[in-house]
Amino acid sequence: MSVPLTLLGLLDREPSHGYDLKREYDSYFGRGKPLPFGQVYSTLGRLARDGKVLPGEAEPGAGPERKRYSITEEGREEVEVWLSQPIEPEPHLQTELFAKVVLSLMLGRSAELYLDLQRSTHLERMRELTELKRTGAVLDALLADHGLFHLEADLRWIDLTSARLHVLAEAVRS
Amino acid sequence: MSTDDSLPMIPMESCILGARSAVLSFGETPALRGANISVTRGEILAVMGPSGSGKSTLLHCLAGILVPDAGETWFEGRRIDTLGEQERSALRRERFGFVFQFGQLVPELSAEENVALPLLLGGMRRTQAISEARTWFERLDLEGMEGHRSGEMSGGQAQRVALARGLVARPEVLFADEPTGSLDSLTGEVVMELLTQMARQQGTTVVLVTHEARVAAYADREVVVRDGKVAALDRASR
Repeated sequence: MSVPLTLLGLLDREPSHGYDLKREYDSYFGRGKPLPFGQVYSTLGRLARDGKVLPGEAEPGAGPERKRYSITEEGREEVEVWLSQPIEPEPHLQTELFAKVVLSLMLGRSAELYLDLQRSTHLERMRELTELKRTGAVLDALLADHGLFHLEADLRWIDLTSARLHVLAEAVRS
Repeated sequence: MSTDDSLPMIPMESCILGARSAVLSFGETPALRGANISVTRGEILAVMGPSGSGKSTLLHCLAGILVPDAGETWFEGRRIDTLGEQERSALRRERFGFVFQFGQLVPELSAEENVALPLLLGGMRRTQAISEARTWFERLDLEGMEGHRSGEMSGGQAQRVALARGLVARPEVLFADEPTGSLDSLTGEVVMELLTQMARQQGTTVVLVTHEARVAAYADREVVVRDGKVAALDRASR
């Protein structure tokens, strides 16, 4: 996720102080990973250097730097382009899951037991996300759904692989 | 093999429902090959597994619809595989509720008559049974549908009516076999949310057969049936 573009997008709504930007970022996109203040101000500094935002005059007050940042036309165009472009699909072809199954088969270990453990662990996480979806706000539910669909995709792969272990074992050992 | 050969025998007297070494074949085709399972009172248990793994057969055995060729099935500390058809039928009518994939509402009856059916079969007077049935329509967001027949309802509405029918007699165990299998994912989630919410409110134990992980995630625990056996990996025993 691009922090500079997300901050730029938030500034496209209205000019804002670094502190308020951080608060909004954390509230919508942080999800347990708050943005450090240092990163907010260094990012704003780079965006200003590149002509994407304009810092206002320093305002008096205690605490960290009090400057109101506004987006430039160039910055606005960049947000516009970013929001209209699809992201690169990530097929996760080099997963640890895949490596563990193949290595288990190569070493004659029980890949089935590993897959059962992984299924159980995935389902445990799905239960947590389902609970979050049931009890959380609509934004939490949206994120939980995103996580649930990805975990479900993994589970379908786990089930398919479980059903093919015999054939896979022959392919890996030959 | 991570199936249940090595599982310790679970004392069937301590759980509400269970099967021990259940074996069942349809003609030459084995469906259960020694399945062990125990269900704790009040829990929502998802039974997962690929098509043809035996998960629905296991549910039918636990519900006393089918009787295993060998092995045992238990309910509240007593064997049910040794009961006669009449006793098992009474058990299903009085203690169990059912929800199936395609609702299976009686098409000639209105929605409220469908919901009232288990109460009528239990001997309740018609006016009282209908009145009891009607209380479910608001709880399941079905107000105004009382007089509709199944052909006049969407799949999601019909399945919610089927859910009300499954729970109206306050069964101790609700057996749900792919209850969202005929619904789109959003409607399916509404049904699952209501099913789990109502079951928890009533303290009903639920045995939920599903092949969908998103549906299983509404349960407290899951077991996987593979080749007619319950896989040994079970979080309760880890």
